[in-house]
Amino acid sequence: MDWLLGLLGGALIGAAAAAMLLLNGRIMGASGILGGLLARARPGDWVERLQFLAGMLAAPLVYRALGGRIEVSVTDASGLLIAAGLLVGIGTRMGSGCTSGHGVCGMPRLSRRAWVAVPVFMVTAIATVALMRLI
Amino acid sequence: MMAAQTMRRAVALAAGLVFGLGLVISDMVDPARVRAFLDVFGAWDPTLIFVMGGAMAVSFVGWRVAERRSDALLGGALPGWPGDRVDGRLVGGSALFGIGWGLVGICPGPALVALSASGAPGFALFFAAMLAGMALWTHALARMGGRRAASSPG
Repeated sequence: MDWLLGLLGGALIGAAAAAMLLLNGRIMGASGILGGLLARARPGDWVERLQFLAGMLAAPLVYRALGGRIEVSVTDASGLLIAAGLLVGIGTRMGSGCTSGHGVCGMPRLSRRAWVAVPVFMVTAIATVALMRLI
Repeated sequence: MMAAQTMRRAVALAAGLVFGLGLVISDMVDPARVRAFLDVFGAWDPTLIFVMGGAMAVSFVGWRVAERRSDALLGGALPGWPGDRVDGRLVGGSALFGIGWGLVGICPGPALVALSASGAPGFALFFAAMLAGMALWTHALARMGGRRAASSPG
């Protein structure tokens, strides 16, 4: 069942990316949309970004209102969370994308940069988890 | 003109909602689930592959349709080609992102959705640090070395 829900959820993510692309002419990258708010952007663009982020924040509330259950668990090690957040923030801006921008959008676009970026972050993520097993 | 702008904003809101629902339904909002995928030497969980496969398949169709058009349906240009340049920033940035992703199992999209899905303080802490990291890059680190950062596609 999990793989089916994964496929279904993935298709929704892809549909959202296709809608942003074809209707608004935007690449649906979470780090780009979020990070763009911290840079200088045009005012109209600003509202569009905020609307997208508001929709994301609303998703769990809508899902629960429809009777769905969400269970998440995250580490409570503050130092680890801060280090990870800083690395993800710096890395996604420096590398111009994350799982959604390079993965969901860039790879199906057959962008050479995305086909480099995704294997790189997959490998370092897997290596990080493997190293943490040893510690 | 006014109507097109309102439409664009409505599309952005709806797309954000659908993106978020996709992350919730696929359970990618749960860092433990994502880390289980990255943990190839442990009890490996392949769910993320199905999520990425489903997302990329639909997105692929979107790009093939976009290739036949010059403009977005609600006006304005479609995204320009990002270039084929593979440089230290792309590789180094992606490597750093992967390390952070591996440490706790959270990437930017799920980081936002988890904020409203859970009251666990860990998500707020991660999110604040991530924003700080983004601002740090944009306003300080990117200017070091004399080159300005290229515009970000995602």
